[in-house]
Amino acid sequence: MTISLSHYLTVAAILFTLGIFGIFLNRKNVIVILMSVELMLLAVNLNLVAFSSFHRDLVGQVFALIVLTVAAAEAAIGLALVVVTFRNRGTIDVAEIDLLKG
Amino acid sequence: MMLSALFFYLFAGVCVASAFMVIAVKNPVHAVLFLILAFFNAAGLFVLLGAEFLAMILVVVYVGAVMVLFLFVVMMLDVDFAELRAGFLKYLPVGATVGILLLVELIFILGAWATAPDIASQSPSPPASQMSNTAALGQILYTRYVYLFEAAGLILLVAMIGAIVLTLHHKEGVRRQSVARQVARTREMAVEVVEVETGRGLT
Repeated sequence: MTISLSHYLTVAAILFTLGIFGIFLNRKNVIVILMSVELMLLAVNLNLVAFSSFHRDLVGQVFALIVLTVAAAEAAIGLALVVVTFRNRGTIDVAEIDLLKG
Repeated sequence: MMLSALFFYLFAGVCVASAFMVIAVKNPVHAVLFLILAFFNAAGLFVLLGAEFLAMILVVVYVGAVMVLFLFVVMMLDVDFAELRAGFLKYLPVGATVGILLLVELIFILGAWATAPDIASQSPSPPASQMSNTAALGQILYTRYVYLFEAAGLILLVAMIGAIVLTLHHKEGVRRQSVARQVARTREMAVEVVEVETGRGLT
């Protein structure tokens, strides 16, 4: 009952799928969409660290660190945008954010 | 070996279950709390993989900073979250279709991939008996990948400035302290001596 690389990859695949699923389910609420994106980035990080550990190559962990940095920046900017949108429009419904008429 | 397998299944099971709760639960505050649980268990998986530094970073930076930021925003915004969940069941079939398709594809990839045979020979990381994970990561991060590291710092700086610029706003009609005006004030600007005649008063 040894844990192989594909065990970790399976967990990461399920997490990534749950993230996609969350975006589809809660496509009105920006905050839950942001949280789903965080879940997907976590799955990607799990993949990187699993490959790095099983192939004894630290570069994967360096890349995971960079991905974490970018994810933190993205979360900060995204939440700032949510706050500004709520202040200006009074809602965070994605369907109502249509100022650009896209 | 048995114990590590047990812990793998524990961490993986709780991680996947709480990730499911993140997208399924009604209250967004609960969703953030479940996301914190998922990140904690992912940190446990990182420890099992021997990536202790990333596990600690995940707990300290992610749970300690980013998720608390999420929690603050969810609690500060006065949003009717029940209304935002209105189309939940409407989107369930298409979401489930896309999700299951993606999962099947990913699992097919898992069954089919193979490692290049010469990949183990070019390993730049020292064994765990020689050096701890943190020291090894630091040695490679500050030498070969130092530009990448600085770029990450720059990204964080830009994100910080961007978040401040986006959310900072001065309200009209709020009296603010002006230190320069206070310091530059003279006695003539502040006090006026008036000769008042008895019985007349000031008009």
